[in-house]
Amino acid sequence: MSWAKLPAWLRWALYAAVGVLVLTIVQRFDETGSLTAAGSSQSMLRWAVPILLAGLGGLFSERAGVINIGLEGMMILGTWFGAWGAVVYGPWWGIVLAVAAGAVGGLLHAIATVTFNVDHVISGVAINILAPGITRFLSSEILTTLPGGSITQSPRVPGVGTFTLPILGGGSLGAWQSPDFFGWLAGREIFLISDLASLAKGLVTRISWVSLIALLFVPFTAWLLWRTRFGLRLRICGERPQAGEAQGINVYRYKYIGVVISGALSGLAGAFIASPELSGIYLEGQTTQRGFIGLAAVIFGNWRPFGVLGGALLFGYPFGIGLRDLDGSASHSLILVNAIGLAAVAVWAATRGKRRDAVLALVLGLAAAAWYLSSDTLPDVWINILPFVIVLIVLVFFAQRLRAPAADGLRYRKGEH
Amino acid sequence: MSLPRRILLALAAPVVALVVALAMSSVVLILSGSNPLEAFGDMIGHASRLETMVDILNRATPLYIAAVAVAIGFRMNLFNIGVEGQYLLAALVAAHVGALVNLPGPLRIVFILLVAMAVGAAYSGFAGVLKVTRGINEVISTIMLTAIAISGLVAYLIREWQAGGAIQGGVARVGTTPIPQSGLIPNLNSVLEFFTREIGQGKQLTGVLVIAILVGIGYHVLVNRTRFGFDLRASGINPFAAQVGGVPAKRMVVSAMVLSGAVAGLVGMAEINQVGFFPANPIKGLGFTGIAVALLGRNHPAGIILAALIFAFLDVSSGVLQFTGAASREIVVIMQGVIILAAVVAYEVARRARERQEAKSAAEALGDVKPSEEAA
Repeated sequence: MSWAKLPAWLRWALYAAVGVLVLTIVQRFDETGSLTAAGSSQSMLRWAVPILLAGLGGLFSERAGVINIGLEGMMILGTWFGAWGAVVYGPWWGIVLAVAAGAVGGLLHAIATVTFNVDHVISGVAINILAPGITRFLSSEILTTLPGGSITQSPRVPGVGTFTLPILGGGSLGAWQSPDFFGWLAGREIFLISDLASLAKGLVTRISWVSLIALLFVPFTAWLLWRTRFGLRLRICGERPQAGEAQGINVYRYKYIGVVISGALSGLAGAFIASPELSGIYLEGQTTQRGFIGLAAVIFGNWRPFGVLGGALLFGYPFGIGLRDLDGSASHSLILVNAIGLAAVAVWAATRGKRRDAVLALVLGLAAAAWYLSSDTLPDVWINILPFVIVLIVLVFFAQRLRAPAADGLRYRKGEH
Repeated sequence: MSLPRRILLALAAPVVALVVALAMSSVVLILSGSNPLEAFGDMIGHASRLETMVDILNRATPLYIAAVAVAIGFRMNLFNIGVEGQYLLAALVAAHVGALVNLPGPLRIVFILLVAMAVGAAYSGFAGVLKVTRGINEVISTIMLTAIAISGLVAYLIREWQAGGAIQGGVARVGTTPIPQSGLIPNLNSVLEFFTREIGQGKQLTGVLVIAILVGIGYHVLVNRTRFGFDLRASGINPFAAQVGGVPAKRMVVSAMVLSGAVAGLVGMAEINQVGFFPANPIKGLGFTGIAVALLGRNHPAGIILAALIFAFLDVSSGVLQFTGAASREIVVIMQGVIILAAVVAYEVARRARERQEAKSAAEALGDVKPSEEAA
């Protein structure tokens, strides 16, 4: 049975297993403990959730044919309203308000792009300028009146709480403290198996309810967009709106719905960033371009929900490592991982007869290896940009294999062909 | 359509945008318990003072350059979202290299400018090369490159090139090695004072203003008076027609990005020449605001001047509001955001009105021939 005939989920699971194998080997070789530690996968998940939510938002918008550069701005609205709502009304209200604020941002984008036909990128840029202005103003008017708040930050933000999966992760069921299967396996120190278990333990231990919602949203999105009439109609707006119009679909309405959902999900992403899972506080500028990384995850994931999840986890991983990596040794090991990844790309390109790609990947891989060998630790700035570098490298080698919705970003007016 | 009518339509949109922004911010101000008339009065009152005008010009200078950089790309439908990263990286490298190299005064000035342009051009050109060789959309690549430049390269290099926190006149100077005074562009105070009175409060009108003016003239000549500019506009309006007409599409993309980046490299010169080195905490956001200024100014060399002055006026006014306490200073950021959003919507509406008008006059010119449904 050939590789391409395997079902997609199995292929991706195998890719992931190979990835963990590489991490394990590098970890042994480098004597750093944190690449496959439970804490690493835990913080990877935390960092991945906002990227995932923004990415799913971008997916809804772009599947409806509207490019949404404004994800970042909607996320900023989400951080502010999420924090303020949580402080004043309680954590769940914070989430509701953040989703609503993000949706309003999305509505603004929809009005500009769908009704007034403004160029999508331009409208998105305008929203990215407007949103921090609004939050700054609101901070000066409202946060400064709260005890512990100031113009750039809020008081401590309460969270919605976390849970640990019973049996697998050792969570408790009622009064019964269940066994911790992954923890037990991780402690056995079996090559690869224990590393897999340790990473898995991080993914089932102390997960925020919002993370769970975000993760469940991935299959839900896949079902909604590919298995329902609503999804088919939304997607036709992104592929061939005139064809949808000919079938009697109200294209404007579906575009509006797509973009508003996009804003709502970005708002939720913002609320998560301000929640104790990541910050526990609203801080001006705290989104640090994660809306744009979400956009990159959409492209990386080839405009598909599970692809977006893969991208979010991949981009979240270096952030998660960087957060826990005080001496820069784990970040340093990641360069070796990158070198191996580039070598794999070189082999892949060579087997397909793409000689230029193979040479390019080889050169980049050798450069990464040389960097790895000539240094001991890594200044913390590099880990912060690693996701962006990965995005660029992925695009360099795979951009031509990706396919955006055919009418993505194009202006549409009813009755014009 | 007659000329006055065209001008009227062209001006109507930005004026509507300004009015909408004023109305929206008035509502916000009233809701937050401030008096909008008092706030706007304070803003305008202060702007009429010579010192404030110098501040506005100093702020408008880098904004104008940034907006021209963005506009060069816009003219052929290229979105150089990465001006932000290009100018910070360019200014940092130029300031560092410019301080180390040993050149006599004027040559050093030229050298710094050239280095800044080269760095900006290279960084932006890279996005252009990625687009034509790898098919990567420049919006994504410039966003990624900006993040890499700001949180990676600049954050790292500023630490490496840190020249110590020498204290001069009680102010800690943290940044790259100071550039000798002779290597800095002199300020224009004497020129301005020739026409007006002496400038107080130690304000200095930046000499980079001259560069901004040259950039504006260069942009106008390049776009409207050269073959390259024609190709640029043609590629923007109808890329297929341009290509059929013999315009090398790929080379145009790379050239436009390189040119845009070269201009972007000059944005940081205003700050470098003012403080004499690249500070550890430089003015950020000029690249993003530049996008807004270019949009408001419709990519027109003169239009961008007006837009840059409006945005600079608002920026400077925020300090005034804080000083007088008439309103929260953050209101100006909202105004900027609303202006830009209202402007792009208004331009689109005006464009459609113009198209209808043109279709109508074409139909009239055709006389007896019945206009078909499509033309209406």
